[in-house]
Amino acid sequence: MTIDSTFHHGDPVTGAPIVEMKGIEKHFGNVIALAGVSFDIRPGECHCLLGDNGAGKSTFIKTMSGVHKPTKGEILFEGRPMSFSSPRDAMEAGIATVFQDLAMIPLMSVTRNFFMGREPKKGEGLFRRMDLGAANEICVEEMRKMGINLRGPDQAVGTLSGGERQTVAIARAVYFGAKVLILDEPTSALGVRQTSNVLATIDRVRKQGVGVVFISHNVRHALAVGDRFTVLNRGKTLGTATRGDITPEALQDLMAGGQEMAQLEGSLGGTI
Amino acid sequence: MPTDAALMMDERIKTEPFVARLMKRPELGAIGGVILVTLFFLVTADSSMFTLSGIMNFLTPAAQLGILGIAAAMLMIGGEFDLSIGSMVAFAGMIFGVLTVNLGLPLIVSIPLTMIFAAGVGAVNGLIVIRSGLPSFIVTLAGLFILRGASLVGLKLFTGGSTQLRGVREAVEGDFLAPLFSGDAFGFVFRWLAEIGVIEKFRSGTPKVPGIPVEILWFVLVAAVATYVLLRTARGNWIFAAGGDRNAASNSGVPVDKVKIALFMATACAAALVAVITVIDSGSTDARRGFMKEFEAIITAVIGGCLLTGGYGSAIGAFFGAIIFGMVTIGLTYTNFDQDWFQVFLGGMLLIAVLFNNAIRKRVTGER
Repeated sequence: MTIDSTFHHGDPVTGAPIVEMKGIEKHFGNVIALAGVSFDIRPGECHCLLGDNGAGKSTFIKTMSGVHKPTKGEILFEGRPMSFSSPRDAMEAGIATVFQDLAMIPLMSVTRNFFMGREPKKGEGLFRRMDLGAANEICVEEMRKMGINLRGPDQAVGTLSGGERQTVAIARAVYFGAKVLILDEPTSALGVRQTSNVLATIDRVRKQGVGVVFISHNVRHALAVGDRFTVLNRGKTLGTATRGDITPEALQDLMAGGQEMAQLEGSLGGTI
Repeated sequence: MPTDAALMMDERIKTEPFVARLMKRPELGAIGGVILVTLFFLVTADSSMFTLSGIMNFLTPAAQLGILGIAAAMLMIGGEFDLSIGSMVAFAGMIFGVLTVNLGLPLIVSIPLTMIFAAGVGAVNGLIVIRSGLPSFIVTLAGLFILRGASLVGLKLFTGGSTQLRGVREAVEGDFLAPLFSGDAFGFVFRWLAEIGVIEKFRSGTPKVPGIPVEILWFVLVAAVATYVLLRTARGNWIFAAGGDRNAASNSGVPVDKVKIALFMATACAAALVAVITVIDSGSTDARRGFMKEFEAIITAVIGGCLLTGGYGSAIGAFFGAIIFGMVTIGLTYTNFDQDWFQVFLGGMLLIAVLFNNAIRKRVTGER
């Protein structure tokens, strides 16, 4: 089994897209960060967004997650035109983003991080308090589903590995009802083993019917788990390919914009 | 179900011994400190230090400082400092004095007004820190001087030239709220205990310790409420989150700015509470009240296990930190040591506490 097929499961996903973005443009003053991006995500698929540094990946994610408003273009959410005025709006609608910094606090316990800002409560009036018992139980259970056995719910996030932290962030987003999960380079800072764990987590989440937008500049990681691949270059989408229709080499070339990469590859002996 | 339990287990995880779990609590250092200091004074001090009256003797200053220290600890967990609380004690004392003596208002009006005033100043401190993005250290350092100066000028203005405002005790005498903020509580228990011979009494039959000074009760109450809020409520979670990483917290939907401003207000109110208690107790207020208390409160919080960087600490720790403080201040008078060793001792404690906290933090986060 090659890494390409490790996490792949069955047929391409069909069905109406949850989020559909058409001809999105975003200008910052005289800088055109996005110049016509089209992208959609369906339930239960992993759609990889590939692109080199500066291709506009970050701007695109921020547009999708409600941080930026597009200058031009249309965003459809479950078929209806949508304009999010804040990340909070997008989150409520079911678009969750796991940024690279993960929004986790190392000194706090896994449970406290898991429920940060959305604590379960019990009791009335002055005695309205956090339902720690329920929170601990849910947290341990959700983490176990993701394949992580915590030492205890009070274990500090700082003691988890990078991959485990990523998994906590993903589990948290899914638990709070994400329909679309945007992962911003989740594997970029991880070792081989941890990368593999995160990719397995993505696969699990996808099987639950969540649409995963996997942003990466690593073609191998993308191919390991993706159903569809969209390449972003200089603020434009260069088209979307379905799994099996495209070779890693072709993807790599698309990302780098063609030629230069070919030359480089010659001198490196095809190692990237 | 046994199968479920087996699934939950991970063979690589040993059950953590009780001691190891205890080692991860932020208040551990402070509790250890209390034990060490107690042993030290048991050996060196006159035995009267640990009689009932001796204990009340060192708990009273500990309580006054502890109320400030617990508030400072919460603020520090929330990631901010307040250097103006010492001056706030003087300022709130002045406001309270003017309201009761000059305006003759009853406590039920003057105490809430003093609190509202203090909370307002706290909110301004907080707003400046949040809006400007400047470190709270420097903003509240300005507050330290402004409030101290304002207390001096204000007192002279209201008293016609003196920096001391007298007559508070006469003004509040007979007020139905006065027993809540002054004197000793549970006197009847102590009289009864003296009667049956459990505690020491004077020859007249009155107990040597007439009751528990009210500030000690306030101290325990503040510690209990602070601990409950920190550990058992969503707000408490927000405080830890706001101090741990403000970006992460606000990305997760925690209203970081509101949390911090509320903490500044609570800290100022704690200072006002100390002002009310000490002003009624001494019957007068002066501009030097609360001098240096801001540093002592921060030291208390740090001895109690708070990290200067925020996001970690405990109110219980600050509670014990204040007790250590009170024991050392008063305890030295029971020994043959020169009392001026106090400051050396204090600095030493602070240094040890900071080193200790740093080690604990690494332990908790598994940092290597």
